[in-house]
Amino acid sequence: MTHVQHLKPFLKKTPFYEPMSALMHGAGWIRWQGYYSPAFYDSVQSEYFAARNGATVYDVSPLIKYAIRGRDAAKFANYLVTRDLGKIKPMNAAYTAWCDDDGRMIEEGTIFRLGENEFLLNAALHQLHWLHESAYGFAVEIEEVSEQLAGLSLQGPTSRLILEQLGVQGIGKLPHFGILETTIDGKWLRIDRAGFTGDLGYEIWVKPQDALWLWESLFRIGDPYKISPMGGHALEMTRIEAGFILVDVDYIGAHHALRPTQRVSPFEAGIGWAVALKKDSYFVGKRALQKEKAQGTSRFILSGVEIEGRKPAPGAFLYADQKGTKELGLTTSAMWSPLLKKNLAFAQLPAAYAKPGTEMWIEIWYPKEKKIERSMVRCWTRNRMFFDPPRKKEIV
Amino acid sequence: MGNANGENRTGGNRYDAIVIGGGHNGLTTAAYLAKGGEAQGKNKLKVLVLERYHKVGGAAMSEEIYPGFTYSTCSYVCSLLRPEIIRFLDLPRHGLQVIPYEINSSPNPEGEGIVTYSDHDRTRESLRRHSIKDAEAYDHYAAEISRQCRFIKPLLMVTPPDPTQINPFAQNKINPWGKRTDLEGLLKIAAEFGRMGEKQMYEIIRFWTMSIGDFLDEYFETPRWKGFAAASSIIGTALGPYSPGTAYVLLHHYMGEVDGQIGAWGFARGGMGAVSKAIASAATEAGVEIRTNAEVDKVIVRNGKCVGVALRNGEEIYARTVVSNADPKRTYLKLIEKSDLDAIDPDIHAYATNFKIRGSSGKLNIALDGLPQFAGLPKESAWGTVDIGGDFDYIERAFDDYKYGSWSKRPFLDIVIPTTVDPTMTPPGKHFMSVFVQYVPYKLAEQPWSPEMKAAFEKDVLDTIEMNAPGFKKLILHCQTRTPWDIENEVGLTEGNIFQGELTLDQMLFNRPFPGLGQYRGPFDGFYMCGSGTHPGGGVMGAPGANAAREMLKDFKHGVV
Repeated sequence: MTHVQHLKPFLKKTPFYEPMSALMHGAGWIRWQGYYSPAFYDSVQSEYFAARNGATVYDVSPLIKYAIRGRDAAKFANYLVTRDLGKIKPMNAAYTAWCDDDGRMIEEGTIFRLGENEFLLNAALHQLHWLHESAYGFAVEIEEVSEQLAGLSLQGPTSRLILEQLGVQGIGKLPHFGILETTIDGKWLRIDRAGFTGDLGYEIWVKPQDALWLWESLFRIGDPYKISPMGGHALEMTRIEAGFILVDVDYIGAHHALRPTQRVSPFEAGIGWAVALKKDSYFVGKRALQKEKAQGTSRFILSGVEIEGRKPAPGAFLYADQKGTKELGLTTSAMWSPLLKKNLAFAQLPAAYAKPGTEMWIEIWYPKEKKIERSMVRCWTRNRMFFDPPRKKEIV
Repeated sequence: MGNANGENRTGGNRYDAIVIGGGHNGLTTAAYLAKGGEAQGKNKLKVLVLERYHKVGGAAMSEEIYPGFTYSTCSYVCSLLRPEIIRFLDLPRHGLQVIPYEINSSPNPEGEGIVTYSDHDRTRESLRRHSIKDAEAYDHYAAEISRQCRFIKPLLMVTPPDPTQINPFAQNKINPWGKRTDLEGLLKIAAEFGRMGEKQMYEIIRFWTMSIGDFLDEYFETPRWKGFAAASSIIGTALGPYSPGTAYVLLHHYMGEVDGQIGAWGFARGGMGAVSKAIASAATEAGVEIRTNAEVDKVIVRNGKCVGVALRNGEEIYARTVVSNADPKRTYLKLIEKSDLDAIDPDIHAYATNFKIRGSSGKLNIALDGLPQFAGLPKESAWGTVDIGGDFDYIERAFDDYKYGSWSKRPFLDIVIPTTVDPTMTPPGKHFMSVFVQYVPYKLAEQPWSPEMKAAFEKDVLDTIEMNAPGFKKLILHCQTRTPWDIENEVGLTEGNIFQGELTLDQMLFNRPFPGLGQYRGPFDGFYMCGSGTHPGGGVMGAPGANAAREMLKDFKHGVV
């Protein structure tokens, strides 16, 4: 008799738990920040292809959401993040990093500008302590509002058609990272054109009490558009193809790192483009990032890699030569892409090797008929955004 | 038996080492010496452990005090025992099994209690019921504690380097065969320190010296949660939550591990005596001789060299080395003649006199007819530690009573019921409850501890539990109550201090126990210390014992002894 038998289940259910549960064939639940989240329903393969062929629905309710409001909200948000929010108009979102004072990345995520001085920050890790610390001296209120919204990510080539059929006016004109709010069947909806699959796609937010209505409506309308629920495993494949980095997988958040050397800068994480060093005002970590840029002290750059053969290469070492005498770095994420028919990975590479087309060698250990085998094959640096169809940003 | 001059150096009964006291550290030293001599391919060292009590274990002891019930009479949970020692002595083969528990809680008679789990998500959910801010800050707090543990862990199983010894002209050479290790050790620590990064370096210095109250205030707002989180920093310590230095004591309770899981605590199957029993078994197997009912009266010193011990019964036993597992005060003020000390260095007597070893805690061991239900807590909370307390004010008030020479009228209590997990300690359905009581003075202000005073103390503790677990008193079958005075007299820990000396920075690292004696070597050739009064300090850790043995083996190897 141990304590385990006496602990009650504690994982929280999102408003979509019941309809997701009805579709779940096996024990496909994993946890996401204390919530039940589907890893897969039945077949990861069919969920993955649905994302690239029709449309998929993924429950993003567990994302941690912080509302930032008040007289200084715009000033504070622009001080907090690396992107220049002065260039982001209200009802637009931006993908951005935020750093500590040393310019090391705490996390990256999406910040929604809902009004001149109203923002919503979506994060994967708990940040309130840091946000409060950083907000010292600013007239802002920061509130954790995670459970005030329920969200579904509708992704895939038919996603826009489904929303049109749902009756969302002007969805075709909504730009990439644009936000619109509308009312359908008397229900309030907020839709932003973003996602984690690198394809045409939207995130749809509703009040929790309207969650079942949203789920039911999407699946009723979406049937001819090949709609399918999707779990985290298929999402993981699509996000690697799309080149999106993931905290605790491709980098460690600065606040969770036990040693300072484990922390990475946005340049090292391969999202240097999201650092607006030219921003007029100061932002947290700016001085350190300016210095890193000027002195070229980035230790590596997280880059895309295409690998010979079909064996996925997670946690594999890259070398400059076939003999493996000069080690270059390590892969963080890896997969065989069934869509692109390519063997893909992200790897931490020295700047000199981060130029697309550079040839390197990679050592892969893989299981084969109950044995572990080794192969040393060629690989090449690529743009990390392996999959980037024009429809992602297309306006119709 | 040797003659009074210790001249029969080849006599049959002569030992290489005598260990005074069979606590877990003494046993560890003995086992390491016996095994270490073997590993070095030399003649096996002949090691004798002398224990005053009729069984070994010291403060890591299990005894059947009430028929059918095994009590862990002093220490009650296990985490700090170093994994290196468990493996080197192969303790699992000698019967040691530590079962981690995953819940810690604090009841609340007026509302909802505090519960934390080893599962972070679960803890965060639980804290959210009190404060979103605190739940969100918990991750940051936990990461900071992990960073602090990262720094201190490599310091545990090493001899603390002494910065004074870098000076080639140092007057007091504490290490007889070479100075390089101190410099190397310091450089290693400096390198480790440097690797933490600038900010963390500041943080570490702050953390080692600040109060737990100030530290927790930087993260949290809920008073009861902060009071609960502070528990580990006052346990065994004669300080309140706002006393500087208490943050480090918290770390001392967090730096343990079970199977690599930092900060985890567990129950030793069969009670804490199982730890001592396993180490004793490993020691015996390695050839160590253990004698119980053999109280050492004096350490015999001849011409500035330690040559053996005299037992209470008059017997004298000679050895090349003697190592004391007793605390520094007992060792230097009771076991060693002042004249012997003064002949070497008069400061040592003063150091020992001034050594801070204030007893601050008592213990109730209770046999229960059933499992109590704590107020404001789920049933499963009984499967881990239950801390009865409150906010900082509650603990500071408890501390105030102590400061002025009384036990806390409303004490802080650290309770475990290991029989929720362990099926071997009581009859089925019955339970053993260990109640650690903070604060209890060694000496009362008005009068000495008497049976009446002890009964009044026991009543205050039981009343406090009853308030937090209504119906608890009806379950009591038997209760053993121990004040610090009892602990000193029964276990031998001076003033009943569970750490063999307080864990404050002035008595740590190379200053533990005293300046110049921080590397396990005593003032006489052939004399050593191996108890919790040496680096890295108290808790059922075994590190002092293992470190002392390592230094002794070096001296054997270099022919110093």
